[in-house]
Amino acid sequence: MNWRITPASSSSIKLLSLPLIELRQSRYFYFSLENLLVVCVRGKRMVSGLINENPTVYERKERRVRTDSTNTDEFSVEPIDQLEIFDILFFDFAIVNIHHIRDIRDPEHPYSLEQLKVLTEDSVEVDDHKSYVRVTFTPTVEHCSMATIIGLSVRVKLMRSLPPRYKIDIRVAPGSHATEAALNKQLNDKERVAAALENPNLVEMVDECLSPSFE
Amino acid sequence: MAALNNLTEHLEAFVDVTRSPTHHAESLKAIATSLEKGVLSINQLVVEMDMYLTTTDDVVRARGSILLLAEMLDYLKSKPLDNAVVHSLIGFFTAKLAEWRSVRGALSGCLALIKRKGVAGVVTAVDAEAVAKSMAQSIQVQSLALYDRKLCFELLECLLEQYPEAMINLGDLMVYATCEAIDGEKDPPCLMIAFHVVELLARLFPSPSGPVASEASDLFEFISCYFPLHYTHTKGDEASIPREDLSRGLSLAISSTPFFEPYAIPLLLEKLSASLPVAKVDSLKCLKDCAVNYGVSRMKKHYKDLWPALKDALYASTKTDLSFGLESLTSPGFEMGEIHREAVNLLQRLVKQDISFLGLVVEDIRVNMVFDTISRYLRYEEMLDTSKLEVLVVSQILSVSARSSVESCNIIFETFFSRLMNTLGIVEKTSPGDLVHNENSTVSTRLYHGGLHLCIELLTASKDLIPSSEECTSTPESAQQSWCSIVNRFSASLIEAFTSAVQSSNDDCSADAYLGVKGLLAMGMFRGGSSPVSRSEFEKILTTLTSIIAANSAKTVKWELALKALVCMGSFIDRYSESEKAMSYMAIVVENLVSLVRSSHCSLPHPMILEATSEVCSTMPTYVEKMVEGFEEAFCSSFSDFCVNGNFKSIENCSQLLECVTNKLLPRLTEIDGLEKSLVNFAISMWNQIESSIVFSYDFNGREFVEAAMKTMGEIVGVASVDSQNSIIQKAYNVISSSTLPAMESIPLTVAALEGLQRNLSTRDELILSLFASVIIGASPKASIPDVKSLVDLFLVSFLKGYIRAAQALGSMINKLVTGSGGTNISTDCSLEEACDIIFHESDSSKTICGSETFLGKICLGFCGSLDLQTRAITGLAWIGKGLLMRGDKRVNEIALVLMECLKSTNSSGNALHPSAMKHAADAFLTLMSDSEVCLNRKFHAVIRPLYKQRFFSITVPILESLIVNSQTPLSRTMLHVALAHVVSNVPVTVILDNTKKLLSVILEGLSVLSVDSVHKETLFSLLLVLSGTLTDIKGQQSVSDNAHRIIECLVKLTSYPHLMVVRETAIQCLATLLELPHGRIYPFRREVLQAVTKALDDPKRRVREEAIKCRQAWTSISSRSTPF
Repeated sequence: MNWRITPASSSSIKLLSLPLIELRQSRYFYFSLENLLVVCVRGKRMVSGLINENPTVYERKERRVRTDSTNTDEFSVEPIDQLEIFDILFFDFAIVNIHHIRDIRDPEHPYSLEQLKVLTEDSVEVDDHKSYVRVTFTPTVEHCSMATIIGLSVRVKLMRSLPPRYKIDIRVAPGSHATEAALNKQLNDKERVAAALENPNLVEMVDECLSPSFE
Repeated sequence: MAALNNLTEHLEAFVDVTRSPTHHAESLKAIATSLEKGVLSINQLVVEMDMYLTTTDDVVRARGSILLLAEMLDYLKSKPLDNAVVHSLIGFFTAKLAEWRSVRGALSGCLALIKRKGVAGVVTAVDAEAVAKSMAQSIQVQSLALYDRKLCFELLECLLEQYPEAMINLGDLMVYATCEAIDGEKDPPCLMIAFHVVELLARLFPSPSGPVASEASDLFEFISCYFPLHYTHTKGDEASIPREDLSRGLSLAISSTPFFEPYAIPLLLEKLSASLPVAKVDSLKCLKDCAVNYGVSRMKKHYKDLWPALKDALYASTKTDLSFGLESLTSPGFEMGEIHREAVNLLQRLVKQDISFLGLVVEDIRVNMVFDTISRYLRYEEMLDTSKLEVLVVSQILSVSARSSVESCNIIFETFFSRLMNTLGIVEKTSPGDLVHNENSTVSTRLYHGGLHLCIELLTASKDLIPSSEECTSTPESAQQSWCSIVNRFSASLIEAFTSAVQSSNDDCSADAYLGVKGLLAMGMFRGGSSPVSRSEFEKILTTLTSIIAANSAKTVKWELALKALVCMGSFIDRYSESEKAMSYMAIVVENLVSLVRSSHCSLPHPMILEATSEVCSTMPTYVEKMVEGFEEAFCSSFSDFCVNGNFKSIENCSQLLECVTNKLLPRLTEIDGLEKSLVNFAISMWNQIESSIVFSYDFNGREFVEAAMKTMGEIVGVASVDSQNSIIQKAYNVISSSTLPAMESIPLTVAALEGLQRNLSTRDELILSLFASVIIGASPKASIPDVKSLVDLFLVSFLKGYIRAAQALGSMINKLVTGSGGTNISTDCSLEEACDIIFHESDSSKTICGSETFLGKICLGFCGSLDLQTRAITGLAWIGKGLLMRGDKRVNEIALVLMECLKSTNSSGNALHPSAMKHAADAFLTLMSDSEVCLNRKFHAVIRPLYKQRFFSITVPILESLIVNSQTPLSRTMLHVALAHVVSNVPVTVILDNTKKLLSVILEGLSVLSVDSVHKETLFSLLLVLSGTLTDIKGQQSVSDNAHRIIECLVKLTSYPHLMVVRETAIQCLATLLELPHGRIYPFRREVLQAVTKALDDPKRRVREEAIKCRQAWTSISSRSTPF
């Protein structure tokens, strides 16, 4: 499984022109999936920690296709449903790059939350009449400190995309996180969310998460 | 001397690094031209450059002189040079290769010289050798910059291509140099050349004791580390080489020499087992190349490893959902991924190349196990996923192996086919010619789906192996007989088995029907005389399929499958021109279906018979003839049946038949020879039939039939040649003159006379009139129309009585008539002028006016006659105007004026116009400007002057604008806006863009006026589209920017337009587009826009919400970052 190499240090890239080709097992580079971000460059070892260095990546599920797209009745109402919320979260611009922290960008693995099964279509509950939506997500590991930022990103995304009448409830899946109760409280506390979004660094991070990934 | 002076100047300019690149290029060009013209010789140049070439200033020496000289040589590629000059120059550059500062100049100099072609003075082999040696010894490729590295590789490539002998002398050195150069290269363009260099090297040193053979492991290590290729940076470099090309280059390099075999195959097999799809695809492709190039003996060593790997790849890439649908009747029935396709290619290649590979396949335990799996399940859907996979993959493996060659096919059939037949319980024919008629045999047949699938796959694979009839005679019989005779022994029982599968199927399970039909199809597609299926058996297949079609009373899957199979077989017979089979097909399928069409009493619904017949018969011209004949007969009998007996079922059949002709046959006119002639005959016999049925004993209000007849008649005339058109017109004219219609011509065009008329035409006359109008509409300008004047009268009266088709025919006639001035009009007895005189009732022929003074104009303006008459006159006038407009006639201006007069709230005499008349007048502009489907288009040979829309636009828009400004009542204002919207939205966008400044405000006003009433929603939408067109274009941007506040205000209102979803959607899209305007212009409106778009987030329609989300996101991003929502 030694087939991938990351151009890890920017200094080594400068000399080379773009686009780069990956080398399989050249004597200068060594890299393996089991050791995601441990990269050796010409003998110089750079170690950077990730919270979850070795996430399980799932095949992206075949998307359910809408069958009633030929609805021609001008005045019929199409209520907001599960799939629509899911599309809002994932359709074209909400692929969250959770590996983007501490200035380490890993262009190789822009896993989306969907691929990591952090969010699935079934984890969205919506009731258009009662204007209520609840999203339950599952952090990849119990101590994931990214959980707050993921939750915040999801909340911001939905706040921007749903009509104001909606009440949005973001939850961590029961038993999937060490500080579950605190997390749920934090994510659904209006004031704390508002305060968080006044922090320019956090907003930038959320925006980064919500920006389109370059797949 | 002057040249020399200039030269110094240019040299200075080129050497000076502070000058711009364009400057450099200019001076370079100047020197090159003087060299080319012979004003300056190379020697002179070199002497003049002496100082620059020897200076101690590195920059000047490298850049200025050596590079200059090199680029100069590049310019002079085709100028003949003295061999001595070339020799000394190459010597110079070779020496300079060692100096790293000037390496770029030296490299491009060498390259330019080496690239020179024969006549222009070339580098000798000795010199080339020196270049290569110097390069190998003194240049470290990987320490150079990108462009220089590319030059190095190009130089290597050139040397190997042009001086192979010299390079062979160098031997090892070249291989070392290449290894060193490639090591660590990461740039695609360089790698592309590098891979080619490896290929060239391999070609140059084929001997097992040569340097490539001895260095194979090193060389392979350097190139293999790129496998499989993966780009880490895909963005931002479009000019670069696509992955596929580079991957192909790598594959060629790896497979270039058999010496790589011990290293390459294990590596490729390892990559094949990787989980990355790209790696799998690439290794399969590369393995195929290797199999071709390495040869059988070397590949043989790896068969033991290759076969399991290949098998695994096939298993992993096959999905288990087999489709039993219509579309998969002629395809394998399951999705083929790229990996799967490549694996199949490789397998086929291997089997084709070496039959001993097949031994592994035949002996494979999994392949042999499949028969157990098959016999465990009767139905496909009962199978476990693993069993499904097993069956599909093994079928695929066996069929692909069988397809590879006749030999392999024989082996496969000998080994497996009888076993398969045993499993299925199909018994072979006891003696030739004697069909199995044993009741027991059919009973014991067990139709396992898996087995049937495998059987069909094998049959389909083998049918491609039958050589075409010419080849057949030359090949020895024995070579292909083996599998053929096996199939032959079983064919009768197989057909029986498939037939019983189809017949036993019921509606809720399509698998039986699918497999049965597909099996029959496979049996029916063996071609040529040596086919294992005899003629009687072939006919049996056809009979079975035809009876399925005839027997079903509803459109089931089985029915559709059988039809498709028949169509496939029909086109197969046509493609390979099998005359014997064509006869059987004609006798069994075509005759049967056509007779079904003729007889109106059968269980099958009429449209289904028609569909089946038209599909089946369009496979061959002779069938088509037969079919049209059948249609003709059917039409005549049904029509007379209706006329005499009043059978409404028959008239319904008639209209379905006509629809079938229009929708199925006419579009395929170009594909089928002789169809035109049969269709013209069909049209004439339609007229004959109508002529002969004098009395319609039963009145009917069958609009459907009349519509269908009109459409068919018009289209047939439209596609027919002029001669055929003439004969149809003549026939039609005869019919019409024998009817009561001519009486109408004599009706005087006075209000009183017209008022007296009701819609009192008999059903027959109405039919004749409509059909005749269709003929006239479809006729080309060259066709001759008899008695034009009275026809104009006839149409005029009838459209005033409310027959719109007549108005359209009149418009078409006016459009196509020859103008009087030419005097060459032999074909018609009436010129355009005369026709206009008749229409506008102008006795004073000295000046032809068609304005408000005319009789027609008066009716339009409501001076006389009833409201009904008025609206009909307006609509008719619009069609006449359209005819005139398209041929570019001036009279249309006056018609437009009359129509605009109708839009004012009161006419000139002070009477108020009726709203309905105004509405018709506004819609008349749509008639005038839009492209009509039913008449006056290219299909119906209309005379179309270029830019006629533009002309009408420039005439009417200013008048409409001023009328809008002066309009007195809101209604008139709205109607004027509707008219304007019709004109604006039908004119080409470029015209709008040229006039954006003028139009923008009136468009915006129109949008707000039209949004009041839901009646105008379509018009509103087309006007909105015009606006959206102006927003994005650079031409309109200035005026859009100036009017931003009004546009935004208008669009914001439209985001909540309740009557049409697309309007809301487009308005939101427009708002998003507006973000391209200067930030300062739009920033003030963000609050307003965001409010509107936020409201749209709660829209009842999903598409609107999606747009709103995007738009909101975009507008949020221009407001400050601290307020994210």
